[in-house]
Amino acid sequence: MQITLAQLKRGQHGIIADVSSIHIPLKLLEMGCLPGNLVELVQVAPFADPMYLNINGTHLAIRKETALHILIDLPDV
Amino acid sequence: MSKQINVALIGNPNTGKTSVFNALTGLNQKVGNYPGITVEKKEGICKLPRGVRAHIIDLPGTYSLNASSLDENVVIELLLNKNDKDFPDVAVVVSDVENLKRNLLLFTQIKDLEIPVILVINMADRMRKKGIVLDIAHLEQELNTKIAVVSTRKREGITELKELIAEYRDLSTQPCLNASEIDVEYFEKLRATFPNQLLYKLWLVITQDVNFGKTDRNEIDAIHSFKTKSKTDLKRLQQKETIKRYQFINNTLKIGQTVDLASATDLRIKLDRILTHKVWGYLIFAVILLTIFQAIYDWSSVPMDFIDGAFASLSEWLKTVMPPGVFTNLIAEGIIPGLGGIVIFIPQIAFLFLFIAVLEESGYMSRVVFLMDRIMRRFGLSGKSVVPLISGTACAIPAIMATRNIESWKERLITILVTPFTTCSARLPVYLIIISLVIPEGRILGLSYQALTLMLLYLIGFGAALGSAYLLNKIMKLKSKTFFVVEMPNYKVPLFKNVAITVIEKTKAFVFGAGKIILAISIVLWFLASYGPGDDFNKAEDIVTSQNASESLSSEDLQQQIASYKLEHSYIGIAGHAIEPAIRPLGYDWKIGIAIVSSFAAREVFVGTLATIYSVGSDEEETIKARMAGEVNPILGGPLFNFASGISLLLFYAFAMQCMSTLAIVKKETNTWKWPMLQLFIMSAFAYVVALLAYQLLI
Repeated sequence: MQITLAQLKRGQHGIIADVSSIHIPLKLLEMGCLPGNLVELVQVAPFADPMYLNINGTHLAIRKETALHILIDLPDV
Repeated sequence: MSKQINVALIGNPNTGKTSVFNALTGLNQKVGNYPGITVEKKEGICKLPRGVRAHIIDLPGTYSLNASSLDENVVIELLLNKNDKDFPDVAVVVSDVENLKRNLLLFTQIKDLEIPVILVINMADRMRKKGIVLDIAHLEQELNTKIAVVSTRKREGITELKELIAEYRDLSTQPCLNASEIDVEYFEKLRATFPNQLLYKLWLVITQDVNFGKTDRNEIDAIHSFKTKSKTDLKRLQQKETIKRYQFINNTLKIGQTVDLASATDLRIKLDRILTHKVWGYLIFAVILLTIFQAIYDWSSVPMDFIDGAFASLSEWLKTVMPPGVFTNLIAEGIIPGLGGIVIFIPQIAFLFLFIAVLEESGYMSRVVFLMDRIMRRFGLSGKSVVPLISGTACAIPAIMATRNIESWKERLITILVTPFTTCSARLPVYLIIISLVIPEGRILGLSYQALTLMLLYLIGFGAALGSAYLLNKIMKLKSKTFFVVEMPNYKVPLFKNVAITVIEKTKAFVFGAGKIILAISIVLWFLASYGPGDDFNKAEDIVTSQNASESLSSEDLQQQIASYKLEHSYIGIAGHAIEPAIRPLGYDWKIGIAIVSSFAAREVFVGTLATIYSVGSDEEETIKARMAGEVNPILGGPLFNFASGISLLLFYAFAMQCMSTLAIVKKETNTWKWPMLQLFIMSAFAYVVALLAYQLLI
C-alpha cells in the first residue's frame, strides 16, 4: 500500500517510493531521503508536526508539509 | 628544514570535527572571521612528525559541496580556489562511525576535486556498543584513500592521523567513482568546451552561485554562459548524482561494514522517549532554563564581589603609590574603574557560555528545535530560531550568525530582527547592579527575589522577541520557500576539553572585544569629566568656597562640594544637562543620561561609565555599587536609584537597541541598512515609552 510520509504513524516504518524533487530540498536527499531507503517515524511533536524520522540510520526531523511530498510503500501485513 | 603544509578539516555537522581539531591543535588555535563575511574561521597549528608543521583550518560543517548557506559556501570557495593561500595540501574528511554512509557522500565529492584526502572515522569507541565491524583495508582500497580510526574521547588514533597527514604525498588523488555517468552526453560537451578544467569543478560552478574570488572570475564567467539546462533539469541531475554516489557508497559498505543490530544497545531511544515527550519534554526544558538562571545568579556572586572589591582597592592603592597628577588620575579614576566594570562580569558570562556549550555538545539543542518548531511557527519563526534566541542570552552577534541554518528567508529575517530583544550578557551587568540596588533581599520558595526579577527580565526579553515576531509576520509580505530539515544527533556526554575551549575562547572574545570599547570610552569620559569650559569649571574652588563662606563646612565636605560642582560644569556635565529634560520624566538624572548615551556603543558601558563619573566626583575607596546607592535625587531627594527609577531603567535596557556591533552584524547578514535602522529606532522608541510609563505609574 502506498501512502505519503505524513500519514505514517509513530513506530511504523516503510520504504521510500518516490520523492517529488521540485518540493524536496537537495539537502534532504543528501541526508539519505532517497527512493529505496527505509524510513521509520520515531517521534512526533504535538499536532504530529514536525516529525522525527529515522531514514536509513540517519535521524532527522522535517515538517509535515514536507512529508506530504514523500511517497512510501508500507510493508504488507 | 621545517616546512608548513595546509590542512583543511571537512565534515558533516555532528561528526566531532571540532574535537579532532582540538585534539590536533590544543589551545594552539585562534578564531577569526573570513574577510568580508562573518563566518567564523578557526585555524591552528599542529606539529607533525619529522619537523613538519601543519596549519589546520576547521571548515564549517556541511553535508555536501552543494552549498545552501554562507557557511557552506566558505568550504566550496576554498576547495575550488587553488590560488587561495589556505588552499589545502591535504583535506581531512571527518566522519562518524555511526553515520558513515551519509558522511561518505561529502567524501566522494571531495575526492572528485582530485585533492589528496584522508578519511577519519571518528567516535570509534562506540563501535562495539553499536555492533559495528569495519574492514578498513577494503574501505581504503575502494575509497582510494588512507583511513585513520580515531576516538577523540579516548585519545586514540591521533598519532596515526598525524603520521598520515605528514605523509600526504603518498595519497592518491584519483576519484573513487565516475559521477559524470549520470549524463554522458552533457558532460562530454562540457569537457570538450573546457579541456583544461576539472569536470567536477565545472559542474559545481554551474549548479550554484558561489563567489570564487577575483582570481578566476573570467574563467567562471565563461562557464556561466554554458548554462544550457533549465533549473529543474539541473536539480534533477543533482538528484541523480546523489543517488549515483549513494549506490557506490552502499556497494562499498556492503563488504566494508557489518552491523550487528542485535548487539546494539540504544540509549537514544530511551532518552528521546522522555526528552521529546509531548509533556515531559517541555517540562524538562523549562526546568533546565530555570536552573541555568538560578545558577548564573547564585554561583557567580562570590567571585563578582571579590573582583568588585579588588578593583576598588587597586584604584586606591595606585593613588597612594603613584606621583599625584593628571596621569595618575586618568589611570585611577578613568581606566581602572572602567575596566572593573567589565572584568566583574566574567564569571557570569563564563557560566552562560558553559551552559550553552553543554546543551549544544550533548545533542540536546536539536531536541529543543524539534519540540519548539510548531510553537515558534505561530510567531513566524522556525524551531531553529530557538537556538539564536537562547544563544542571544550570551550575545546577539553569534546568535544572529547562528540564524544561517534557517532555510526560509522570511523566518530567518524575523529571527534576526527580534533576537536583540533577548537579554544578552551585556545587559546582565546593568540588570544585576540595578536589581541589587532596588529589589529587596529575601526568598520565596527557595528562590531569591533578585533571581526571580532577573528571570522575569529574561522572560520579558523573550516575550518582546516573540511578540514582535508575531507582528512582523503579520505585516511583512514576503513570499519565501519554507522547508525545515534538522538532524537529530546521538546523545553524547560533552567532552570537557571542547566545552572548556569554547568557554575560554568566547569569554576572551567578549572581554577583549568589549574591553577595547570600554577602555576607549572610559578615557574619553574621564577627560570630558575632568575638564570644562569657562570660569564655572576653572574657578570652582573660589565659587564654592565663597558660596559656603557663611557656613562652617569641614574641609572634607567642602572638597566634596567642589568636586561635584566641578563635575556639573565639566564638558560631560554640560552635555548631560542638555539631555536631562528628555530623560527626567523617566526618573533619571544627567549622570544616568550620560551613561545611557554612551551605552549606545555597547550596553555594558553603562556600569563602567557610572563608575568613571562617580569616581571622578569622589575621593574615597568605594565599590561601584556603594557609590550608586549613595546618589541622591537632586530634585525629589531620597536615593536616585529607587524602585520606580530602577524599574524604569531595567525596562529601558530590556527593550532599547544599544549595541553598534549588533547593528553592524544585522547590516552584514541582511545586506541593507534598512533593517538595522528599523531596529534602532523602533526598539529604542518603544523602550523610551515603556520606561516613561513605568516610572510615572510607580512614582
